[in-house]
Amino acid sequence: MTDSPLRTTLPNGALLSRLRAWYSADTPNPAKRVQFDRPLTPWLFLLPQLAVVVIFFYWPSVQAVTSSFYIEDPFGFGSTFVGTENYTDALTSSQYASTAMFTAFFCVMVTGLSLGIGLLLAVKADKVIRGAATYKTLLISVYAIAPPVAGLIGMMFFDMHIGPLTDLAAFFGHDLRVGINYWDTAFALITISVWKQIPYNFIFFLSGLQSVPVSVREAALIDAQSGWRRFCDVTLPLLAPTAFFLLVINITYAMFDTFPIIDVVVKDKPANNPITLVYKVYLDGFKGNDIGGSSAQSVILMVVVAALTVLQFRFLERRVHYG
Amino acid sequence: MAHLSLRNVGKTYAGGNQPAVCGINIEIADGEFIVLVGPSGCGKSTLLRMVAGLETTTDGEIRIGERVVNTLDPAERDIAMVFQNYALYPHMTVRDNMAYGLKNRGASKATITERVNEASRMLELGPYLDRKPRALSGGQRQRVAMGRAIVRQPAAFLFDEPLSNLDAKLRVSMRMEIRKLQKRLGTTSLYVTHDQLEAMTLADRLVVLNQGKIEQIGAPLEIYRKPASTFVASFIGAPAMSLLDAFIENGAITLEGHVLAQIGNMAGPVTLGLRAEDLRIAKEGLPMMVEHVEELGAQRIVHGTIGAQTLAVIDTGEAAVQGAVRVAIDPDRLHLFDTTTGQRIESKRQTARELAL
Ligand SMILES: Nc1ncnc2c1ncn2[C@@H]1O[C@H](COP(=O)(O)OP(=O)(O)OP(=O)(O)O)[C@@H](O)[C@H]1O
Ligand SMILES: [Mg+2]
Repeated sequence: MTDSPLRTTLPNGALLSRLRAWYSADTPNPAKRVQFDRPLTPWLFLLPQLAVVVIFFYWPSVQAVTSSFYIEDPFGFGSTFVGTENYTDALTSSQYASTAMFTAFFCVMVTGLSLGIGLLLAVKADKVIRGAATYKTLLISVYAIAPPVAGLIGMMFFDMHIGPLTDLAAFFGHDLRVGINYWDTAFALITISVWKQIPYNFIFFLSGLQSVPVSVREAALIDAQSGWRRFCDVTLPLLAPTAFFLLVINITYAMFDTFPIIDVVVKDKPANNPITLVYKVYLDGFKGNDIGGSSAQSVILMVVVAALTVLQFRFLERRVHYG
Repeated sequence: MAHLSLRNVGKTYAGGNQPAVCGINIEIADGEFIVLVGPSGCGKSTLLRMVAGLETTTDGEIRIGERVVNTLDPAERDIAMVFQNYALYPHMTVRDNMAYGLKNRGASKATITERVNEASRMLELGPYLDRKPRALSGGQRQRVAMGRAIVRQPAAFLFDEPLSNLDAKLRVSMRMEIRKLQKRLGTTSLYVTHDQLEAMTLADRLVVLNQGKIEQIGAPLEIYRKPASTFVASFIGAPAMSLLDAFIENGAITLEGHVLAQIGNMAGPVTLGLRAEDLRIAKEGLPMMVEHVEELGAQRIVHGTIGAQTLAVIDTGEAAVQGAVRVAIDPDRLHLFDTTTGQRIESKRQTARELAL
């Protein structure tokens, strides 16, 4: 119960344990623990990592919090302290509200669909490939595609002239106009984001499935005739730690890591397109030069995500069984 | 409760060029306790899992009661299985583990409660009913696995080396418990083990398997007294029966030049089987050079050589045994096997007297 989901899900995965074995083959015998004569030496080794964390995480965070209380002159001539005005502006703006609504909708759709489809594929693949490593590697390699590339490929699918998905929609009598029609764009964003995330979920679900002991499955085979019952009563609960971990990761993905996809799809398009809060932070800050307002939005975002994560851990993790 | 019959049952794994088991014929009476025994890889688990429905049957016919079950799902076969690693559902409490199979078969709440309570009383699991398996010791998990089988009241129990993960002492007590339980419930049982002691003590009838084929079927004592082949002879009984190259000439069996007994009209080379417990260190008999002695407390096993051949003798005496000793043989307890086929040869001994050489 006290273990983090990472620590408990990862060692189970067949794939991950192999990675781990590969990794630990390079590490010297753990029994021979290195002892440092001087207490400063270990800190010296930690320094690069600490520097990275401080420079790229803490420092910008502090900057964001500070600048969220100022209005910056668009031409760079100093800044004025405005207290919480940036926050009230953001929170009362109707545009912000509609972006927040879309972000929530987007998160639910992307997380739900990519988890659902990932699980479905993993269950089907698990039936076929118990142990066939090459097959698994092929399925997994899709994940190596970088998000902007995924966005570009996705854009091609949805292209108004050559996109096969546009053609498909046309076949069913719908004129799909991504980048122009609000809901068509939303559909494209969700589709590409889900498509990009499925392999990741698939890998984890698959290794989670493969770590369910064969004999437990066989015992279930004797106890219950219906495959659906066995899945719900035995497989799914044993998969819960993996699912919980993926839920956290997927929500974070939908909130933040979809940025490049959104960028590729809506950049240089007419204004009325669905975007997420993160993209709005970028638009307002870098395109609109409203550093103060965009900082306030990013602070709000940080708070929301922190709250969400705490909630997940408090309420969901308790229900999750860690074998 | 039902009888079980395997008729000409065989299995070739996909990709395997040789059957894992073949030509198995066993008729198991209602309530009988059958133990499948044999060395690793001889196909015991395969056979058991075919009865359970966890492996497909590629040849022959398996009946449970009057039903041919070859194509039925495991859940439809009315069997319960106890696995070597227990295979408990880690996310369910002990109670739910036992109830799960009944629940899926649509048993009423009252029936489930009653059977779970009864099983937990029999197995002394009462205090653990609300625990998860991970909070139990190995022995307790083993009991839960038994409980899960018992509550179902199936036509047959199938056990695949259920005790091999327990320590020696617990194994002995669980062994007796399983036997008592099975007697009391009268459920037909098929039990796989490679431990010949377990096999001897549990079985109504033993089935000795070798490379996927039945070597011998019979009551434990019958198999012990009359092993059908050198394979069975060396597998059943501890220490293993010594198998020696001997020769029959003029109706007399000779070992390394020493005449042991008069035997009917046979001639030529023969494999002679001698059980350590049928031999004694004595004043007179075969000369043996002692190699080493295993001290077991109540008795000791003396390993030695006669000529170039090794022999084990059980000695219960007090005196130290070393160097050259003499071994007395009861001529009624000789086992003879064909040197090429390894099959048992029934000898007609003419004179029944202890030979003094
Ligand atoms: N899934 C499989 N695919 C192919 N061959 C298999 C498979 N399972 C078992 N075998 C082969 O079938 C033979 C019998 O195996 P089985 O597991 O029944 O042996 P066993 O008697 O139970 O041995 P042990 O005492 O070690 O458990 C072995 O030669 C094994 O290699
Ligand atoms: Mg086995």
